[in-house]
Amino acid sequence: MSDVEIKTLTMNFGPQHPAAHGVLRLVVEMDGEIVERCDPHIGLLHRGTEKLIEYKSYLQAVPYFDRLDYVSPMNQEHAYALAVEKLLGIEAPERGQYIRVLFSEITRILNHLLNVTTFAMDVGALTPPLWGFEQRELLMEYYEQVSGSRMHAAYFRPGGVHQDLPTGMLDSMDGWIKQFYPFMKDIENLLNDNRIFRQRTVDIGVVSAEQALDWGFSGPLIRASGLPWDLRKSQPYDVYDRMDFDIPVGKTGDCYARYLVRIEEMYQSVRIMEQCIAALRKVGGPVRVDDRKISPPRRGEMKGSMEALIHHFKLYTEGYKVPAGETYTAVEAPKGEFGVYLVSDGTNKPYRCKIRAPGFPHLQALDMMTKGHQLADMSANIGSLDIVFGEIDR
Amino acid sequence: MSEALKELSDHIAQAQAGVVSKTEVRLGELMLETPPDKIIALLTYLRDDPKCLFKQLIDICGVDWPEREKRFDVVYNLLSLKNNQRIRVKVQTDETTPVPSAAPVYSSAGWFERETYDLYGVWFSDHPDLRRILTDYGFEGHPLRKDFPLTGFVELRWDDVQKRVVYEPVKLAQEFRRFDFLSPWEGAPKVLPGDEKAQEAAAAPAKAN
Repeated sequence: MSDVEIKTLTMNFGPQHPAAHGVLRLVVEMDGEIVERCDPHIGLLHRGTEKLIEYKSYLQAVPYFDRLDYVSPMNQEHAYALAVEKLLGIEAPERGQYIRVLFSEITRILNHLLNVTTFAMDVGALTPPLWGFEQRELLMEYYEQVSGSRMHAAYFRPGGVHQDLPTGMLDSMDGWIKQFYPFMKDIENLLNDNRIFRQRTVDIGVVSAEQALDWGFSGPLIRASGLPWDLRKSQPYDVYDRMDFDIPVGKTGDCYARYLVRIEEMYQSVRIMEQCIAALRKVGGPVRVDDRKISPPRRGEMKGSMEALIHHFKLYTEGYKVPAGETYTAVEAPKGEFGVYLVSDGTNKPYRCKIRAPGFPHLQALDMMTKGHQLADMSANIGSLDIVFGEIDR
Repeated sequence: MSEALKELSDHIAQAQAGVVSKTEVRLGELMLETPPDKIIALLTYLRDDPKCLFKQLIDICGVDWPEREKRFDVVYNLLSLKNNQRIRVKVQTDETTPVPSAAPVYSSAGWFERETYDLYGVWFSDHPDLRRILTDYGFEGHPLRKDFPLTGFVELRWDDVQKRVVYEPVKLAQEFRRFDFLSPWEGAPKVLPGDEKAQEAAAAPAKAN
């Protein structure tokens, strides 16, 4: 038989596929079962968030940040709130900062629970998501208690948080933390030494430290590649500099290392939560800045005070003006560095609000990570990248 | 923090005297400006110089200033893990002047430049794969330009007769409203009638001397 010429097969993956984590369309060139090239087509969930924000006042822009990465809404509000605060030259009061850190860490656990468990589902395990989503539901109840909404909270505002915690919430969180440790042990028992899970993840999608830098990785992905980099430690914001926690670092840079980093981060998040709860029991005072030109008055005040009524009306129609200037402010969101590049021209609306989503460069590197792997490993890679299309497409 | 940035900015301005056209430290953030044809040299320098080591390209984005002659800013945000510093590099360009692609310097630049091209129409020369990325297949225009309307030009719907989605010009049920809340009184100096006399009186003896 003469030499057979094998042509690569071009295959379409998605945009509706359970392993695509949303509306990802991949055009994959296959040589047999081996992926030669994959070209992600994104933008199917593009809603023009940045354009819309240019037409809204600074306060009205907050809810858009919940809807970017809808698995970790509060972290993104945090970045925006910090950026606006920086331009305004204000700082949230201490209690507000503790609440923001507490809820940022709750959000991190929410996000990692979703990612770790659905990642396990991508490679064949069904039990972890069933268990993990129960815990997520419990945490989303805290979201609901402070903001009235399970997911799209709009709770972190420039200048602090919208409301103080309801009574009894800290005690209830203590109870949740107690039951969370055994739950984490269960998840680890299910997956850590699971033969199938390891075969599907170890040595899959290896990213070296140089590649991680070159491709703009951040968050758990850069840490899994062996670089101890965390914005909460290196460029601390709010009260993170008072928190005692460790940064897990992976050794191998493969899918399994990324999984392990996320598991350990959840333990560390619980540690930060415990410290915040202890601090919030002691620290009293307001939860947002006491400046009526920025933060609206309480409803009760408005019943009796003419001035409060005027302030309320002005803040919810015109909003506040932000001094001209520009800033790039980033936070350590669960998925990596989430940054807001905010340009103000001195009016009540942002002139430009560029949202730097961590998933965007991560997904870009999928081609590099998947080249030479089998098709089934691609879904493991996508799962370990932790992509959510709300933030990538914006 | 800002002293270290000042030092870094002096260092870069000295080493790249012909390349950096402006440096500025504001709000604790360092900004450099450079002409488009020098950007690759500057980025390579910032990445490799032992005092800079900005190994990570965090973001590239555009900003539109339509009243300016060169209406677009292309903004590069870099991060140095080693020195724990951030830097912002700006390039001014217009619709026709291409900016050299940063993809040979940073692999992550590819998609960021595609996005800037898609949303602003900034052209990047020598880009390996300059296609639209966020907007729809076959989209026309660059939506983040200030002269692009918020509502866009076309809308799409499912046509039950043709059994496919069709694009049509946008029909608005009511005119698009954009309230101007910027009150003309806000900017006026807060002087109560009569108060200016006190200031004049204070200024008068100073003049006499």
